[in-house]
Amino acid sequence: MQITVTVNGIEHTRDVEPRLLLVHFLRDSLELTGTHWGCDTSNCGACVIWLDGAPAKSCTVLAVMADGRAVRTVEGLETAAGLDPIQQAFSDKHGLQCGFCTPGMMMTCRALLDENPDPSEHEIREAISGQICRCTGYENIVRSVKAAAAVESGAMQSSAAQQGVTA
Amino acid sequence: MTTTEDARTGVADTGVASTEVAASTPMGYGSMRRKEDARFIRGQGHYLDDIVIPGMLHSAILRSPLAHARILSIDTSAAEAHPKVKAVITGETLAGLGLAWMPTLSHDVQAVLATDKVRFQGQEVAFVVAEDRYAARDALGLIEVEYEPLDPVIDAKHALDPEAPVIRDDLEGRTDNHLFDWEAGDSAATDAIFASADVVSECDMLYPRSHPAPMETCGSIASMDKVTGKLTVHTTTQAPHAHRTVYAMVAGLPEHKIQIIAPDIGGGFGNKVGIYPGYVCAVVGSIVTGKPVKWVEDRSENLMSTSFARDYHMHGEIAATKDGKLLGVRVKVLADHGAFNGTAQPSKMPAGLFHVFSGSYDMAAAHCAVTGVYTNKSPGGVAYACSFRITEAVYLIERLVDVLARDQGWDPAELRMKNLLRSEQFPYTTALGWEYDSGDYPATFQKALDIAGYDELRAEQREKRARGELMGIGISFFTEAVGAGPRKTMDILGLGMADGAELRIHPTGKAVLRLSCMTQGQGHETTFAQIVAEELGISPDDIEVVQGDTDQTPFGLGTYGSRSTPVSGAAAAMVARKVRERARIVAAAMLEVSADDLEWEKGGFHVKGDPSAARTMTEIAMAAHSDLELPDGVEGHLDATCVYNPPNLTYPCGAYICVVDVDGGTGQVKVRRFVAVDDCGVRINPMIVEGQVHGGLADGIGMALMEVMAFDPDGNHLGASFMDYLLPTSMECPSWELGETVTPSPHHPIGAKGVGESATVGSPPAVVNAVLDAIGVRHADMPLTPAHVWRAMQGRPLRTDLAIG
Ligand code: FES
Ligand code: FES
Repeated sequence: MQITVTVNGIEHTRDVEPRLLLVHFLRDSLELTGTHWGCDTSNCGACVIWLDGAPAKSCTVLAVMADGRAVRTVEGLETAAGLDPIQQAFSDKHGLQCGFCTPGMMMTCRALLDENPDPSEHEIREAISGQICRCTGYENIVRSVKAAAAVESGAMQSSAAQQGVTA
Repeated sequence: MTTTEDARTGVADTGVASTEVAASTPMGYGSMRRKEDARFIRGQGHYLDDIVIPGMLHSAILRSPLAHARILSIDTSAAEAHPKVKAVITGETLAGLGLAWMPTLSHDVQAVLATDKVRFQGQEVAFVVAEDRYAARDALGLIEVEYEPLDPVIDAKHALDPEAPVIRDDLEGRTDNHLFDWEAGDSAATDAIFASADVVSECDMLYPRSHPAPMETCGSIASMDKVTGKLTVHTTTQAPHAHRTVYAMVAGLPEHKIQIIAPDIGGGFGNKVGIYPGYVCAVVGSIVTGKPVKWVEDRSENLMSTSFARDYHMHGEIAATKDGKLLGVRVKVLADHGAFNGTAQPSKMPAGLFHVFSGSYDMAAAHCAVTGVYTNKSPGGVAYACSFRITEAVYLIERLVDVLARDQGWDPAELRMKNLLRSEQFPYTTALGWEYDSGDYPATFQKALDIAGYDELRAEQREKRARGELMGIGISFFTEAVGAGPRKTMDILGLGMADGAELRIHPTGKAVLRLSCMTQGQGHETTFAQIVAEELGISPDDIEVVQGDTDQTPFGLGTYGSRSTPVSGAAAAMVARKVRERARIVAAAMLEVSADDLEWEKGGFHVKGDPSAARTMTEIAMAAHSDLELPDGVEGHLDATCVYNPPNLTYPCGAYICVVDVDGGTGQVKVRRFVAVDDCGVRINPMIVEGQVHGGLADGIGMALMEVMAFDPDGNHLGASFMDYLLPTSMECPSWELGETVTPSPHHPIGAKGVGESATVGSPPAVVNAVLDAIGVRHADMPLTPAHVWRAMQGRPLRTDLAIG
């Protein structure tokens, strides 16, 4: 079956088996190996990407279901302007160890912050509760998200202030 | 309580060294961002399954659905006829090559692919190589295996019954399922102490079978070059050099023609120490097809067939005087080793380092007797950050102390404080012969009590009890023994447990450090650069750490048992000191003075009393490679190698306090607070140490409350997916409250002790003690799931290792 999927802003057209999982399409067909696979049962969240702007477990989506839709993966977080604040915060706050859960965690946390720029500890824990990290005990992931939120709210304030000056 | 809040925000008020990263890279120790993160946060890590080699084929393993059965026939013809299948390998194929069985790390053999019988559910039966991973899986469904089911041995307590079926009839002359008997300590002295003790408490307890379950499963890519005869294996291994030697021994390949490459590893926790049948099959697959062959297990394969952990049935007794002085401890263990003895531990120690079970207390005598048995379950037993079974030992003693306190109406904190080893007793030789190196246990414990606000917690508990609410406070004080180990006492497969390091300073003063250990997320690229930086005054940013590739690194036994910092970390410091002494000679030649007249100040040498006559390491490095005339017998360049043979283990310790609330109606446990004060000696990168502790504390929540591998009477594995084998999520874990004390190890070159497994080892008893304190039950086994807590409250605790009947 021929499908066209926009991944991180680039359109890819491929012939795929109807049963191919999106996680394998991304990893094997497009060689975007930042998205990981960790379980058979949709429990771990190592595979989380965005599908049309919302986090989804790519092991639980067929590639053909992504036909005509937009996918964002960890490789799409960094822009020409630099690292996404969530990436920087994971490094600053030691939010990762082996790094295997990290892409999925960051995609979920990015979505959380877009929706809720100042989440409470409980809201952060709830957002990542469908994902497993074996290394960090979650503490520093929570701290990372808080740090990214603080940076972004600071950045927003300063850009608002700048706009105030120029206006 | 302000200390709580402070701990949660990382403020140093609770005695934690700053875990905030410094603004600029420290020239040595201190919290700094990890170098490896640059690739991980971009999704540019290079894990096993990310690797593609031109022409690479994929593979899958057909596994046994039965726990114990005779194989009558295997028909692979339909699978072989699949258009995308390149090869189907069975036990018979391997037998032709002499590879159907392989040696384990514990003086046993293990089937690579079953030939005669299957001995556990999930055992490897056939191996398919195909063009892609989906086709390989399809072909598994085309293989016909005819089995004759046999009665399985599932309950270790019945493994030695006279009528029990014999699992290992492949071993000549074997008529039962008995594996070994092993003892430690002085039995007569211990019995004498128990006979005259005022009070004795005893308890039966199970440390259930669990699994390390790293987020990345195990896998490998074998690539045999027919022309050169060189075998390259990319594989998820914590011990690349040990793997190379084992491949040489198993496959009869010359060791210099084997290259093991461990790429980035997505967590190990002991799961990636052993050699699994899939690895060997991938090698054979590559030899047969002439192509690289990738094998990656799925999650249920990981949980069902690779190294499980624990599975110790323990009967413990503790003796004391009537005023609470601990005297001795005695334990009998029934150890379930599964179908093959595949534990990965020092080979002269069939129960690993379990015999540190006298714990952190001054005791006159102790004795254990361990009996190992075969059952129809997967092999393994030493994994999951257990420090070679110290996890079981700490659980035993910390549960026994609580049971004794309950039986006598003593406060568990007071009882511990009264009996903890005091700082002036170190070095302390235990009744079981271990020489603990250093510690100030009462200070460590007091710190935890202070952070927790122990007296206030007890007062709160009394108030809550009066209102009928269930709140519990659980304590654990552990002593770890890590950094295996001295060559004279510890080896794996005859290989002494020393580790090498090689350091080369390039002409421009940048450096490369090559190590035998292998990170799985611990941050070696950063901390080992910091060790060298501290010794030489070169920025960690300018030191490249190389690990994992056996063609690029010195020999050594790898990373497990919290041994990287105690052994390889010591090697890194020693090799840097060797380089520094070489640099001294070069600097002396540069300054035209005697080497003895030079003084080291981090980053360079200067003439004693004349700081202006100085040379930096960068200048010295260039001079060492230049035409500078050096004294006779002094070679140019600036590098060194060393092998570190640890004189003793290092003994970190910690005091943990857990606070839980239990819903009496549902049995649901909520861990409200967890205080952890660790003493691991000198901390190289406090941020990383804290992260290691966080991860281990989550393990403790998991084991105490959620994780178990139970089996039904037919031997069906009841924890074979993440829907059944429950791991802690962000919702079960509280915000950890950490503290530290620092007593350097006197025999380690930089005073550091291992810490990677401390929290995994120390935390489960704190959680269990808290839950049992809340519900007022003397003992119930892990995991304390809601159903189990509810049953325990009714005086009907469960056998958690068996299906609920
Ligand atoms: S791979 Fe585990 S949830 Fe997708
Ligand atoms: S960092 Fe290893 S699983 Fe999360």
